[in-house]
Amino acid sequence: MLTLVGIVIVVIGFVLRINPLLVVTVAGLATGIASGLNPLEVVAAFGKAFITSRYVAIVWLVLPVIGLLEHAGLKERARAVVAGLRAATTSRVLLVYFTIRQITAALGLTSLGGHAQMVRPLIAPMAEGAAENQYGELPESVRHKIRAHTAAVDNIALFFGEDIFIAIGSILLIRGFLEQNGILVEPTQLAIWAIPTAICAFVIHCARLLLLDRSLRADISRLRE
Amino acid sequence: MITLEHIYWLTGLMMAGVAIVNARDRTNPRRFNNTAFWGIYAVTFLAGSWLPDIVSGFLVIAMVLVASIRGLGQGKKEGATREELETSARKWGNKLFIPALTIPLVTVLGTFIFKKITINGFPLVDVKQVTVISLAIATLIALSVGMAMLKPPLLAPIKEARRLLDAVGWAAVLPQMLAALGALFAIAGVGNVVTGLAERWIPLDNAFVVVVTYGIGMAVFTMIMGNAFAAFPVMTAGIGLPLIVQRFGGDPTIMAAIGMLSGFCGTLMTPMAANFNIVPTALLELPDENAVIKVQIPTALMLLAANILLMYFLVFRH
Repeated sequence: MLTLVGIVIVVIGFVLRINPLLVVTVAGLATGIASGLNPLEVVAAFGKAFITSRYVAIVWLVLPVIGLLEHAGLKERARAVVAGLRAATTSRVLLVYFTIRQITAALGLTSLGGHAQMVRPLIAPMAEGAAENQYGELPESVRHKIRAHTAAVDNIALFFGEDIFIAIGSILLIRGFLEQNGILVEPTQLAIWAIPTAICAFVIHCARLLLLDRSLRADISRLRE
Repeated sequence: MITLEHIYWLTGLMMAGVAIVNARDRTNPRRFNNTAFWGIYAVTFLAGSWLPDIVSGFLVIAMVLVASIRGLGQGKKEGATREELETSARKWGNKLFIPALTIPLVTVLGTFIFKKITINGFPLVDVKQVTVISLAIATLIALSVGMAMLKPPLLAPIKEARRLLDAVGWAAVLPQMLAALGALFAIAGVGNVVTGLAERWIPLDNAFVVVVTYGIGMAVFTMIMGNAFAAFPVMTAGIGLPLIVQRFGGDPTIMAAIGMLSGFCGTLMTPMAANFNIVPTALLELPDENAVIKVQIPTALMLLAANILLMYFLVFRH
C-alpha cells in the first residue's frame, strides 16, 4: 500500500495547485523510497528516466520558425483567410479540421497536426477569425473558449484516428504484450476493431462542435449585456 | 547516419541559445533563473547520453528547484502591435503559409523517403526513430525557407524561440518529468497494487461487471499514469486476460483494441498527460491550465460509455 504514496502526492499537489514540476519530483522520489530503493538510487533512476524520455521535447525545435513567422504576421494572415470565407463559422472550421486530422491520423500521418506546429499558429487563429467575422471583436473569455476547443479537437481526432493505422505504437504494444502471454493477434485485426470507437468519437465530438456556435453566441450576448 | 543523438544536440544548442538570450535581457527581473533553467536543460540534451545517472538526477532536481522555488520570469514583450502584424501579414500574404506547412509535409514525406535512402549501404537516418528525425529535419528546412523569404536579422529565430519558450515556461519540461515518474511507478510496481485492490473490492463474477471494471480501470489508471501505454499491460494482465478472456471466453483482439481506446478516454481527462492537455494551454496563453481538459471531459465520458457497451456486445459474440 505504501507504494501508492506517489499517487496521493500527485492528487494533493494538483488539487492545491502547487508547481507540478515540484509535485512530480517529490512523488517520484517518495515512490522510489517507498519501494525500498535508497535515496541516491532513486535520484539516479529519476535522472535516467528523464534522459531516456528526451524525445518528447524534440517538438520544441519548431519554435524558432513558428516564432519567426508569427512575427511576420502568420496568425493575422490565418485570420484574414477565414475572414474572406462568408460561410466560415467556428464550428465549421473545427469540424473540417477534426475530419482531416482524424482521417490523416488513420492513414498513419499523425505528424500533420500538433499544438505547436498547427494549432497555435494556424487553426486557433482561423477558428477565432471565423467568430470575429460574425460578432466583431471577441470578449477574452470567448477567445479562450475557442482556443481550448481547438486544442481538444487536435487531441481527440488524433487519439481516435491513429489506432486504425496498423504500424502505430499502441498497436505494436498490444501485439507484443499479447504475444508474451501466448496469444498471437494480427495488427490488421486490432486496427479493424478500433473503427467502431473511431466512428463513435467522430459522431460524439462533431455533435458537440455543431452546438459550439450556439454556445458562443449565447456567451457573447450575455457578456455584452 | 543521423540518429536521435544528433537531434538532441540540435535541441540542446537551441536551449543553450535561449539561456544566453535570457541572460542578456535586462527587462526580465528573473533573467538568471531562466538562464539557469534552460541552461541546465541544454546540458541534459548535449551531454545527457554520457552523464552518470546520478548526475542527471541532480541536474533535474536543480531545474525543478529553480522553477518552483525561485520561479521563472518573462522579459517585456517587444515591439509588434496588432496593426504592425496585420500590415506585415498583408505584405506577405499567403506566402507565410509556405514555411509553416513545410513542417508537416516534409515530416510526413520524410517518414517514407528517409527510410529508403542509403549511403554506402548504411541508412541515412536511424530507421527506428524516423518520425522524430523527420520532424527535426523538417523544422530546419522550414527555417531555411523562412529565413530566405523574410530575411530577418540572423539572431531573430533564437530570440523568437526564447519568446515562445518563456511563454510556455516550465510546462515545456513537464511531459518529460511525467514520463520519468511513470518509470519510477513501474519500478515500484504501483500497477500490481492497484489491480490487487480492484480484485479484492469488486464482484468480478458477472461478465458485464468485469467489462465495466476493465474499461473504467483502463481510463482511471491512465489518468493516474498519464499514459494508456503504462496502464494497458497492468490492467490487461490483472483483469482482461484472466477474467474477460479466460473465464468468460471473450475475444482477446477485440478486448485489447477497445481496452486501449478506453485508456485514451482517460488521457483526455488528466493533467498527467501534460503534452496533450497542459502544454497547449501554455502555448495558447490560456489563464486556466485545465481549460483543455474541461472541454474534453464530456466527450471522454460519453466515449468511455460507448467503448464499454461496444466491448460488452462485441467481445463475447462468436
